[in-house]
Amino acid sequence: MESSSYTLDFEKPLRDLSAQLEQLRQQSLENNLDLGSEIAAIERKIAATQRDIYSKLTPWQKVQIARHPKRPYALDYVALLCTGFRELHGDRQFNDDRALIGGTAFFNGEAVMIIAQQKGRDTKEKIARNFGMPQPEGYRKALRLMKLAEKFGLPVITFIDTPGAYPGIGSEERHVSEAIAVNLREMAMLGVPTISIVVGEGGSGGALGIGVTDRVLIFDNSYYSVISPEGCAAILWKDPAAAPKAAEALKLNADQLEKLGVVDEVIPEPFGGAHTAPEKAAESLKYALQKHLNDLKGLKGDKLLDARYERYRHLGVYEEAGTAHS
Amino acid sequence: MSLFSKPKYSTVVVKKKDIPKGLWTKCPISGEVIFNKELEANLMVVPKSGYHFPIGARARIAGLFDEGTFEEQDATVRSADPLQFVDSQPYPERIKKYERDSGLTEAVVCGTGKIHGIKVSVAVMDFRFCGGAMGSAVGEKITRAIERALELKIPCIIFSASGGARMQEGIFSLMQMAKTSAALGRLSDAGLPYISVLTHPTMGGVTASFAVLGDVNIAEPGALIGFAGARVIKDTVKQTLPPGFQTAEFLQTHGLVDRIVNRLEMRDELRDILSALHLRKAPAVAK
Repeated sequence: MESSSYTLDFEKPLRDLSAQLEQLRQQSLENNLDLGSEIAAIERKIAATQRDIYSKLTPWQKVQIARHPKRPYALDYVALLCTGFRELHGDRQFNDDRALIGGTAFFNGEAVMIIAQQKGRDTKEKIARNFGMPQPEGYRKALRLMKLAEKFGLPVITFIDTPGAYPGIGSEERHVSEAIAVNLREMAMLGVPTISIVVGEGGSGGALGIGVTDRVLIFDNSYYSVISPEGCAAILWKDPAAAPKAAEALKLNADQLEKLGVVDEVIPEPFGGAHTAPEKAAESLKYALQKHLNDLKGLKGDKLLDARYERYRHLGVYEEAGTAHS
Repeated sequence: MSLFSKPKYSTVVVKKKDIPKGLWTKCPISGEVIFNKELEANLMVVPKSGYHFPIGARARIAGLFDEGTFEEQDATVRSADPLQFVDSQPYPERIKKYERDSGLTEAVVCGTGKIHGIKVSVAVMDFRFCGGAMGSAVGEKITRAIERALELKIPCIIFSASGGARMQEGIFSLMQMAKTSAALGRLSDAGLPYISVLTHPTMGGVTASFAVLGDVNIAEPGALIGFAGARVIKDTVKQTLPPGFQTAEFLQTHGLVDRIVNRLEMRDELRDILSALHLRKAPAVAK
């Protein structure tokens, strides 16, 4: 791993060690010195520091990995998992949202409908993709493609990766709330198997708007939350700097979401995050996707819809006349 | 079971907590000063200016249903603390305070009752309890109200008043959006009407789920209705909202709200809409 990979605050020790390592290598080359044992020592130290940092990541550190600029995005996974992806554009009403895309593809040879929130890699693409924040048109396109999938009997696979639906004037004027709400209702009634996978950020209603599925999978470092840690900190702690505390309190990490019954499976990531070895991450996802697709094939018609209804019907914890329910 | 001593439309028994403090209240639009008793009797609508003050769930229910027909359901469903959430104070402490301040057990009151003889299942939110925020208990009660309509084959009406999702219940709050919307899908499939009444304010996850999914979406005059709040929009995308943005009137002009209805007209409004969609014949007493 080159030093430029360590871009996050908490990766500073690794950044420093990598710089030292590079310096030693440079010296060894320039002065024709044998620094083999020194280099090996630093490499061992790097490995130990990696273990130390990555094996006990805090909730807030995981959020930063989920937002890592090199994290694989939806289309990276589509390219690694599928063949013949044909993007289908537009909501047939107003626009084509570049932050929420979709199209047909083949997964292990089987036809599927892909729906994906997509962030941009460089500045130009980031702007074109609106930083992964979909507008009403994106949700309406997603619904159009899901209905298309239903018509032709294709399973739907959605990739969730958004900080949230776009909070702007145009978005409000064209009723992003309605676009999301209709998707929630219609996804609950869609007559084909559906699986979503949180590949990066699961930002509130903007994520849920393509996330009411038979199965919800999540990568180990991804998060899924009702509000961003910064937003929660600003409101409840009156201080955006309290984001690490809010991240912990919200229980937004993959393992915690699995315990709460909100996600069905946590997909392991390569050590240090999916960006260190995207192919490995994709391989783990491929295995899980196939397994869940196979499971869902056994459920048809009302059985599929009843199981989906029950899945969401029982989410939540409350008390009733003194007894706890969940 | 009658919960109210005088639940007639025009004379409402309102708890002191439901009304502005003091004996008199000034209308923020006209400056008119109005005796509180008169304001309560008028469902918190200023007679001359038509300004709508917020109204508590119980006062709204008292003014909405035919005398003695409202039966409350699921009153013992209350919030738990699934995440053991603590910010400046533990979540259960906050809940106790909301209970004390509002005299309610949750941010929504549910049940069945008759409006001009038409039986409906209703959920009425109350902004005073945690800003009407939707957590597991609110989501559960609203889902049950929808399922009750389905079971009894009667229409469902939900009065929204909410700042959005309840952060202290984290992802469970978000999932209530899916739960309530899924239930509405079943109600819709069964051909039973769902009337959403959006009142001041209805924001965030409540707007982005059941509140805008009505077969008919009604809003009270002047109600603030939106997804992202003005501050979030300003902080995130540096846009300042034009005046009048996110009001009931704006949303009717922009096609989200079917009708804006004065609270004093709500009973007759619901009678006519439900007579058309559910009974499919003119009401006995034409307006």
